[in-house]
Parts: sequence; C-alpha cells; structure tokens
Amino acid sequence: MTQVSEAVKVGIADLNISQHPQTIMTAGLGSCIGLVLYDETNKIAGLVHIMLPDSSMSRNQTFKEAKFADTGLLALLKLLESQGVRKSRLKAKMAGGAQMFNSTNSSEMMRIGYRNAEAVRALLKEQNIPIVAEDCGGNKGRTIEFMIDDSLLKIRTIHEGVTYI
Amino acid sequence: MSDYFNFKQIHLDVLKEIGNIGAGNAATSLSHLINRSVSMDVPVINVVTFDEMMMEIGGKDEVQATVFVQANGDISGNMFFMIPPDEADLFAQLMIGDPSEKVSEGDEIATSAFLELGNILTGSYLRAFSDFTQLDINQSVPHVAIDMVGAMLTQGLLEISTVSDQAIMIETILHDIEGFDQAIKGHFFLLPNPDAYATIFQVLGVHSS
Repeated sequence: MTQVSEAVKVGIADLNISQHPQTIMTAGLGSCIGLVLYDETNKIAGLVHIMLPDSSMSRNQTFKEAKFADTGLLALLKLLESQGVRKSRLKAKMAGGAQMFNSTNSSEMMRIGYRNAEAVRALLKEQNIPIVAEDCGGNKGRTIEFMIDDSLLKIRTIHEGVTYI
Repeated sequence: MSDYFNFKQIHLDVLKEIGNIGAGNAATSLSHLINRSVSMDVPVINVVTFDEMMMEIGGKDEVQATVFVQANGDISGNMFFMIPPDEADLFAQLMIGDPSEKVSEGDEIATSAFLELGNILTGSYLRAFSDFTQLDINQSVPHVAIDMVGAMLTQGLLEISTVSDQAIMIETILHDIEGFDQAIKGHFFLLPNPDAYATIFQVLGVHSS
C-alpha cells in the first residue's frame, strides 16, 4: 500500500519542491511543460510549470522566474541546491508541450508547446542533467504527479487515462 | 508582480460594457439558432492570476467542450466559448436532430455542429464588439477541443504572460435555456492581448493613465 499523503500542488508559472512520502503535482498542462528534477537517493524532487521557452520574451523587467524555461530551470536548481541536493545527482522527467488547437496557419504562439519542449531539452543538456523519460507533444491536456519513492511520473489525460513514465 | 493591468474603475466598466454587448449579441444569435429563449448573467470583469482564472471554471483539470478563435485586425486577442461536454451534446443534438450523436464521445457530425455553434456565437460577440468600438476585428477559423480547462485556456494567456502574471478576465455566462431539463452554463472568455487595451480605451474616449 502506498501511504496516503498530501501532494504538493504547483500552479501555472510556479515551482516547488517536495520530499517522500509527499508527492508533487501540477494540473492542466497544455502547451506548458511540467519539468521534474529529482534526486533518487535522497528522495527529493522539484517541479516547475513552464509557460514560455525563453525569458527574453518578457516585456517586463520583473517576472516570475518559473514562467520561462531558462529562468525556471535555474530557479529550481537553486532551490534544490539550497536543500543540499547536488546537481550531479539530478535526473529529469518531463511532460506537456502539446498543441491544444490544431491550426493550419500556425502562428508562433500556436506552436509554443513544441518550442517549450525543445528549449527545456537544450537547457537540460547544457546543465548535464539526463532526461530519463518524457511525454511531450500531441494535442492533449495532461495532469502530472511525481511519485518520489519510485521516481515515477504519473500522467493523466482525458481521453487516454493514466500512464506512468 | 506587474502593474500592467492597474486600471481604474472606469476602464473596468468599459470592458464590462464590451462583455455585455458582445455576449448579449451572442445570446440573441443562440436564441435564433435554437428558437428558444436564452438568459445571460451580467459580465464579470476580474483581474486574476492565471490559476484563479482556471478556478473560475472549476479548476485546471475540469473538462469542458471548447471553441477557440483568435481575433486580429486593429486589435488582437483570444476568445473561448466553454461548456460542459454533456451540455454541448444537447446543443448539437438540437441542431442536427439526432439524439444519438455526441460531442462528448467525439462523434464527427455532432462535433462539427458544436464547432459551428461556437463559431456563430463568438462571431456574434466579436461583431458587436467591433460595431461598438468601430475597430476592425477579424475572426480566425474556429478550433474545437474537449479537454482540461487549464490546458486550453493557457493558449489565450501566452501573449499576456509576456507582460504580466495576471490577466483581465472578461467573462459572461449564458444560462437558463428554455426547454432544457438541466441548467446550462456556457462561459465566454474574452482575452485581449496586452496592446489591445490602449487602443480600446482610446477609441472609446477613456484615456489610460
């Protein structure tokens, strides 16, 4: 039996960390990416809900770091490291990056899901953090929850039910 | 936190009037289309965080049948018509006269009828908006999806998110449709892109600070 305990919920353009026996989740990912960084040995994980690929898109000086892939990843790393997690131990799982509405005249903003996923992959490579599993793309919404004890990412969609990666 | 949307009451009132006129026109179209009376709530204008916006319609993973259109022209923005899938079924069945067809199960004819319904309603809304403001507003081809609210509405928040962590939600609810046993609740969300506000206020003679 899995222990019943509260999941840490992460909002849009937000991030947080969690430790076993808690889980960490975010709901309703469309073009956004839910990126989980976890330390298997110490049973700690962080999740960031990314909306846009690059902070250069911000027209404001101040913004929520978690909104963009580049600043979001760095902010999550910093938070994990402040809890004593070593970057070399971290692994990644990610989901989202869908295109919810099919469009023939695909504007940049309609293709943002794809660009988000590409940006996150490139940034993780830069940081030498391996992507163990991912479920990106398509045209479906996803709600994800990371089970810290067995490092599994539970993905729920409306039309396809629940899968684990 | 951004103060991009730090408008005065008069600005919010102007947006409310747009929601009122737009949804009023859409309600009239719907009433003609299905030949029944339709009621509408007073529009709600809220400056909300993205999460709060999703809560407004039941939470991020609440499932809704949605028609999404983009507005372009003198101003740009996004518009959504959202309704619970079983209520979308009722409308589609009424339009095509076949009670076995279901939008909620992805039936092609029902989905296409629902898409057309959403197209007509959002079109009526935006036409009234355009007439009221004398702004040239074109509507994109409509898109349909049945999925999680959070996943779909985010598409309309991308431009806004480049300037703010909050959105102005211009929301109107259609309800009490004559002759249905169950209460119908259809939401219109109008999400102008950030640059649209200055244009709207200028043409309506309300100067932004």
